[in-house]
Amino acid sequence: MNLIELNDIRKTYHLGEIDVPVLKGVSMAVAGGELVALMGASGSGKSTLMNILGCLDRPSSGEYWLDGQEVSRYSNDQRAMVRNQKIGFVFQSFNLLSRTTALENVTMPLTYTADFLTPKERHERGMAMLTRVGLDDRSHHHPSQLSGGQQQRVAIARALINNPPVLFADEPTGNLDSKTSEEVLRMFKQLNEDDGITIILVTHDVTVASHARRTIHIHDGLIVNGAYSHASTDSKPAGGGL
Amino acid sequence: MKLQGTLHTAMRALCRNPMRALLTTLGIVIGIGAVIAMMEIGQGSSAAIQKSITSMGANNLLILPGTASSGGVSFGAGSTMTLTPGDYEAIVRDCPAVRCGAPIVRARTQLVYNGRNWVPQSMSGSTPSLLEVQLWKDLADGECFTDRDVLNSNRVCLVGQTIARELFQGENPIGKELRIKNVAFKVIGVLSAKGANMVGMDQDDIVIAPWTSIKFRVSGSSLTNTNQSSSAAASAVNTLSQVYPSNQVALYPDKSDTQIADSMLTVRFVNVDQILVSAISPEEIPAAMQQITAVLRERHRLQRGEPDDFSIRDMTEMSKVLTSTTTLMTNLLLCVAMISLLVGGVGIMNIMLVSVTERTREIGLRMAVGARSKDILWQFLVEAVVLCLVGGIIGILLGHGGSLMVEAFLHWPVETSPTAIVSAVGVSATVGIVFGFYPAWKASRLDPIDALRYE
Ligand SMILES: Nc1ncnc2c1ncn2[C@@H]1O[C@H](COP(=O)(O)OP(=O)(O)OP(=O)(O)O)[C@@H](O)[C@H]1O
Ligand SMILES: [Mg+2]
Repeated sequence: MNLIELNDIRKTYHLGEIDVPVLKGVSMAVAGGELVALMGASGSGKSTLMNILGCLDRPSSGEYWLDGQEVSRYSNDQRAMVRNQKIGFVFQSFNLLSRTTALENVTMPLTYTADFLTPKERHERGMAMLTRVGLDDRSHHHPSQLSGGQQQRVAIARALINNPPVLFADEPTGNLDSKTSEEVLRMFKQLNEDDGITIILVTHDVTVASHARRTIHIHDGLIVNGAYSHASTDSKPAGGGL
Repeated sequence: MKLQGTLHTAMRALCRNPMRALLTTLGIVIGIGAVIAMMEIGQGSSAAIQKSITSMGANNLLILPGTASSGGVSFGAGSTMTLTPGDYEAIVRDCPAVRCGAPIVRARTQLVYNGRNWVPQSMSGSTPSLLEVQLWKDLADGECFTDRDVLNSNRVCLVGQTIARELFQGENPIGKELRIKNVAFKVIGVLSAKGANMVGMDQDDIVIAPWTSIKFRVSGSSLTNTNQSSSAAASAVNTLSQVYPSNQVALYPDKSDTQIADSMLTVRFVNVDQILVSAISPEEIPAAMQQITAVLRERHRLQRGEPDDFSIRDMTEMSKVLTSTTTLMTNLLLCVAMISLLVGGVGIMNIMLVSVTERTREIGLRMAVGARSKDILWQFLVEAVVLCLVGGIIGILLGHGGSLMVEAFLHWPVETSPTAIVSAVGVSATVGIVFGFYPAWKASRLDPIDALRYE
C-alpha cells in the first residue's frame, strides 16, 4: 500500500463563464519513505497539485488516498484534522508569524491538536524540533531577526511538530540563495534518510531535483513521467505517462 | 483546557501589537470610564439628595389620634385622646419597619427668663429619641435629657437657637432656669441650628422637655385636650385674652379641692398628642404604616369593620419628589452609558475587521496547520472579548479614579457602586461578543488557499 495514491485527479477553476482546467487527470503514487521532486514549467499546475496533496484544496473529481483513507471527500473539519496530524507543509514564503518567537511559531500547530499538552510539554517538544533543525540557540528570535535559511528551517520545524508521516514543500528554496538552498536541501535529505519522512518537493532547479531519488515531471496539468516508482510501475500500468 | 489555549493565542496576538490593541479598546475604556464615573457621582448626589430630603422628614410618619364627633359635628384631627405612651412603646417594639419613634405632647405657653418673655413656635414634651426621629444633629451645647428625666418628670429642657438668642440675649443658657408657665425648668442643652422647614416655619424656635414634665407640670390636666388647654394656658398670662377671649364657657362650676379629691375621675390612662416615628427608609414607609395600623388596632381593641381611631400621615409629596429625581437620574445615566458603549463597540468591530483583513495570511496559515473554522472563530471572538474586558477594567479604574478626584478636589459626594462595576464588566464582555462576532465569523469563513495567497 502506498502512502499517497492519486487516481485521475482533475481540477477545474471556474472564472465566470469560462472553465479553466488546470489538472487534467493526474494519477500517481508515492510510497512511504520516498523523497520525490515535482518539476514543471510555470503555470503547469504544480502548486494546484500540491494544494490538493496537502488537503488545502479539494479536487473537482478523482480519488486521493492518503495513508489508507480517501480524503478528497472529507469535510472541512476532517481535512483540518488531517492537515494537523498527517501533513507538514512548507511554503516558499516561509509564512512565519511576525513578532512571534521561533519557538512559538514552531509550537503554534499544537494549539489545534486534539490531545492536550501542558505548556511545559509544548515547550519541550518545540525545543526538540528546533534542535533537530539546528536552531535551538535561536528559539527566542523573531522572524525578522533570522536569515532566510533560518526562517525556512523554523518553518520546517513547525511542519514537523506533530510528527507527520509526509512533508510537502512548494518551492522551499525559491526565496533562498544557492548556498542556503543547499543547507535546506541537506536538511530535507537528512529528515528523509534518518527519520524516514516522506517528502514531496516542488522545484524549478535541476540541481535541487538531483537530490531526489525520483522526479515527477508535470506539463500542462498532466504528468509526463515519474508518476510511479520503479517498484510500483510493475504492479501498475503507467497512467498518463508518455 | 481548550479555552486556555485559545485565550493564550488571543493574548499573544494582542500583545504582538499592543499599541493598536490599546487604541482599539480606547472607545471601551472611555465608555466604561465615563459610565463608572457618572454612576458613582450620580449615586453620590442622589444619596446626598436622599439624605437631605430624609432630614426634612421624608421618612417620618405622624400618628394622630382619631377624630371625635358629636351630633354630626366633627372636631377635627386629634380631637380624641386615643394615643398613649404605651402605644408608642408598642410601635417601636413591634414594628420592624420603624427605626425609631417619639411620643409628643404639645403645649403653647410663655417662657420667662430674667424679665424677658417669649412664646416659642413649638413646645414639645417628648423622649430623648425625638432628636433621633427629627434628625437633629448634635446638640450645640450641653446634653440631652435622659429616659430617667422622663420617668421622674424632671424639670429640664432643651432650647433651640432662636430661643437662646431671643430669650437669653447671648448669655449661655446652659444651667439657667427659665419658667414655663410659672414652672421653673433648667436648661441643660442647646439644639444646633436647623433653619426653616419646607413651609418656612422656624425650626429653631423650639423647647423640648420630657413629655411627662410638660404633661403633668405645664399642661396640668391630662384629660383636657391640649389644643384647648394650651390656648387656655396661654391666655392665663396673655393680656390679649381679654380682647379675644378664647376661654370656653364653663358649663359647670369649678370643682372645689374636696370635690376633686373625692372625684373618681382619676386618670386611667395618659394620652399623648402625637406619635412621631421614622421608617427605616423611604421604601419602607408603606410597610411601616401597615405594621403601625395593625399594632394600634390590636391595642385599641378595634373590631373588624370598625374605623381606625387614629390616623397616620406620611410625607408622600416629599418621597415622590425623591423617587422621581432618582429614577430620572438613573435613566439619564443609562442612556448616556448605552450610547458611549455603542460607539466603543463599533470601534472594536471596525478594528477587528481591519485586523482580520490584515491577518488574512495568518488565518490561512493557521488553517493550513490544522485550525478548524470554529477555532478561528473562537480566536477572534476571544480576542474581541479580551480587548473589551481589558478596556472595561481600565475604564473602571479610570472612572473610579476620576470620581475619587472629583470627590477630592470638587468635594462632590461620591458613592462607590459595586453594581455598576459588576455590570460594567458584564456589559463590556457583551459588547465584545456582539461586535466581535461578525469579524470573527468573517475570518472563520475564509478559504485556506485564498487566505494564504492574500497579499
Ligand atoms: N484560483 C484560481 N483561479 C483560476 N485559475 C487559477 C487559480 N489558481 C491557479 N490558476 C491557474 O492554474 C494554472 C496553474 O497554476 P499553478 O499555481 O498551479 O502553477 P505552478 O505550476 O505552481 O506555477 P509556478 O511554477 O509559477 O508556481 C495557472 O495557469 C493559473 O492561472
Ligand atoms: Mg507554484
